[in-house]
Amino acid sequence: MPAVRDTFFAFRRAPLLSALSITTIAFSLFAVGLFGLVVLNIREALQKVEERVEIRAFVAEKTPVEQIALAADDVSKYPEVLSVDLVTQEEALERARKELGEFRDVFEAEFLPPSLDVHLKPGFRDPTTVHRVADKLKALTFIDDVRFGEDWITQLYRLRNIAGVAGVALGLAFAAVAVIIIGATIRMAVLARSREISIMRLVGATDAYVRRPFLIEGFIKGVLGGALALCLTWLAIRLVSGYLSFQTVFFDQSIGLIGIAGGALIGLLGSAFSVGRHLRRV
Amino acid sequence: MIRFTRVSKDYPRLGAALSNVSFSVAKGEFVFLTGASGAGKSTILKLIYMEERPTNGEVRVGGMSSVTIRRRDVPKLRRRLGIVFQDFRLLEDRTAEANVAFALEVIGAPRATIANKVSRALTQVGLASKAASFPRELSGGEQQRVAIARALVNDPVLLVADEPTGNLDERATRGVFQLLREINASGTAVLMATHNLDIIRRSDYRTIELNRGQIVFDSAEAAKAAIERFAE
Repeated sequence: MPAVRDTFFAFRRAPLLSALSITTIAFSLFAVGLFGLVVLNIREALQKVEERVEIRAFVAEKTPVEQIALAADDVSKYPEVLSVDLVTQEEALERARKELGEFRDVFEAEFLPPSLDVHLKPGFRDPTTVHRVADKLKALTFIDDVRFGEDWITQLYRLRNIAGVAGVALGLAFAAVAVIIIGATIRMAVLARSREISIMRLVGATDAYVRRPFLIEGFIKGVLGGALALCLTWLAIRLVSGYLSFQTVFFDQSIGLIGIAGGALIGLLGSAFSVGRHLRRV
Repeated sequence: MIRFTRVSKDYPRLGAALSNVSFSVAKGEFVFLTGASGAGKSTILKLIYMEERPTNGEVRVGGMSSVTIRRRDVPKLRRRLGIVFQDFRLLEDRTAEANVAFALEVIGAPRATIANKVSRALTQVGLASKAASFPRELSGGEQQRVAIARALVNDPVLLVADEPTGNLDERATRGVFQLLREINASGTAVLMATHNLDIIRRSDYRTIELNRGQIVFDSAEAAKAAIERFAE
């Protein structure tokens, strides 16, 4: 196939320019990848914090244990609820002794109320849902009081929203910069072969024929650049984890493949755009 | 073969390159296009291979009109033409053979036929023995012959040459001109832009002279006028 042969011919003829293109693509995607990892790790950390969102419903004194157990069963059937733990007075004391030093010398549990500790499903941990579930619990006759750290949840969600919006905006900006840099690099490759392109057209090559090797070249450069960017991102995250003794999360296989496919797509579109623009001009 | 009908060409920044030019070239004819630099010779050639479109008027080449041709049909026209330039326009990193083969590859010619056609074209221009040489290993005259072989390999009906001897010494000029005559003798029309008056004087081919974008002399018209005067 002449187009494939021409592509490899172009790599062999201008190895430095090809290496430069691949490296530029790799570093542009590396910046996007690093940013993606920061977002991913922040999201992961926030998700861990979110898992600690719980509603503690304190049961009124002298409520029979059977009734509390039945209520726990009912509450666990709420669509928002992941699990319900029934905490008896003794367990409440045990927990207090573990968490609060001043309870170490307390041996009587009567003054601590039993409670239902309600954990919510992922996606139902936002302030509105937490409020709604808390209100439902409050409405139960044998529930005295409901606590869920309202301020803390509101702050957490505000932080999550800010991180989300900033993530999307910065991610788009990084991706736009990557596309522009990659486009310029591919344009250099097209210009380096402008003489060949003009000769091709003079001897009767169609635009599609001229375009084909550049598209293949852009695709291959994109794939190689994407794979290199993935390796660089992995190395960077390993180094950061090693130096800071910090537990980090890396992209899973599908996101890695999406990254490489993204590189290929940018390479392909960058080439199509650059060569198309060049063809319209000559 | 070629017909220019009241053709004008204006460039946005440079102004008028051609004004109201009309002429035609018949099948198998050899025509010189001459005039000072900037007279409009190259513009006429570019209009012929549809690198440019006229601002006004119509250019017809091999049945295709500049008024109706679509961008995607321009390659079809160029496959019927051979184009040669003063600066040869060879690919420096390919051998003479590969440069000629290139013209066949880009139009998707069957691979099995390429070697044969290339060898025939190089033999025709007298460079069969230098098929494996790179352009930098060839003299100017030889490079121009390779360019002519590339133009010929598709059996064009018209060869368009823009100052093909402009970069050559006297001896190489004579050789290239002789080659173009032979090509014409075998039936291909040749339109050669040149300001080498020596070549023009030494042959009796039709000559069209341009000055500031207008035809100021056409030997065919002059001959026709002389015949008409004689008839009167």
